[in-house]
Amino acid sequence: MNIFSLLGKTILVTGASSGIGRSIAVECSRMGANVIITGRNRERLSETFFMLEGENHQQYPCDLTIESDLLSLVELLPKLDGVVSNAGIAKPLVLQLAENEDVNEVMQINTLVPIHLTRLILQNKKLNKGASLVYISSINGNNCSSVGSSIYAASKSALTGFMKGVALELAPRGIRANCINPGMIETDIYKDASIGEEELEKDRMKYPLKRYGKPEEVAYTTVYLLSDATKWITGSSLLIDGGYTLL
Amino acid sequence: MEMQEFIKNFGAQFDETEMSEFTSTTKFRELDEWSSLNALAILNMVGKKYAVILKPEEMKATNTVQELFDLVKSKKN
Repeated sequence: MNIFSLLGKTILVTGASSGIGRSIAVECSRMGANVIITGRNRERLSETFFMLEGENHQQYPCDLTIESDLLSLVELLPKLDGVVSNAGIAKPLVLQLAENEDVNEVMQINTLVPIHLTRLILQNKKLNKGASLVYISSINGNNCSSVGSSIYAASKSALTGFMKGVALELAPRGIRANCINPGMIETDIYKDASIGEEELEKDRMKYPLKRYGKPEEVAYTTVYLLSDATKWITGSSLLIDGGYTLL
Repeated sequence: MEMQEFIKNFGAQFDETEMSEFTSTTKFRELDEWSSLNALAILNMVGKKYAVILKPEEMKATNTVQELFDLVKSKKN
């Protein structure tokens, strides 16, 4: 038996309609998990669903920022062995031009949704003993920051603080909670933003390993934290940044 | 879209340079305080006030306030 296998485990992945979340769902299925995916975009979520290997997967298109969507998702869930809180947004915006709604949107999706999802899953007793909770945080806000990302940084470091409290509270039940702090990953998270290809290329060269990460590289790290190989790892933040924060 | 208002919105993204120094012919890249932070602030301002998402490459082709104004106006239409 491979210690990194997820065979027989049921794993929920949020934000699975694209980018890192899609990759996490696919890699979990390849490692034998029964995967439950959620995402806002119905069409792209079902694309992810058809990429999953094996049987017994489920998809629930929903918007977790809407309370009724969140409540009905949690009600439908079977008992879980893993939860990957991945859904998130990035919005490059200098603070002086940020408005109330910009702050609320980022904090709600990146911080409040994972908090409420975890809370409701616990209150509805949907976690098996020994389950693993993985929160996709960021180097931004935890290890460094960048111009135009103060709100994003706040949302991600708040998520890390939340994870630590959860790890402590759930330890008696053998339930683990950890964060992954990725550097920049090649996804379309900035596709609508004021960032150009030239800027991105310059930024890639700032990484000692001379490239951004790939979604599947975050997925492999997630599989690791979901697997029995990490049964004694809780409350940690796993850095995956191509060496960026060494400098 | 009106030039006077654009100049006001543009100048508001600077801290050191007096508002009176901004005209349509101002070469903003030559201002002492010009930095990449101003550039991002101006891209954000254009997005917020004029609902136009500019890429930095597009903005790089402009040097005066007038040129940027024309670019934003052309994207708006």
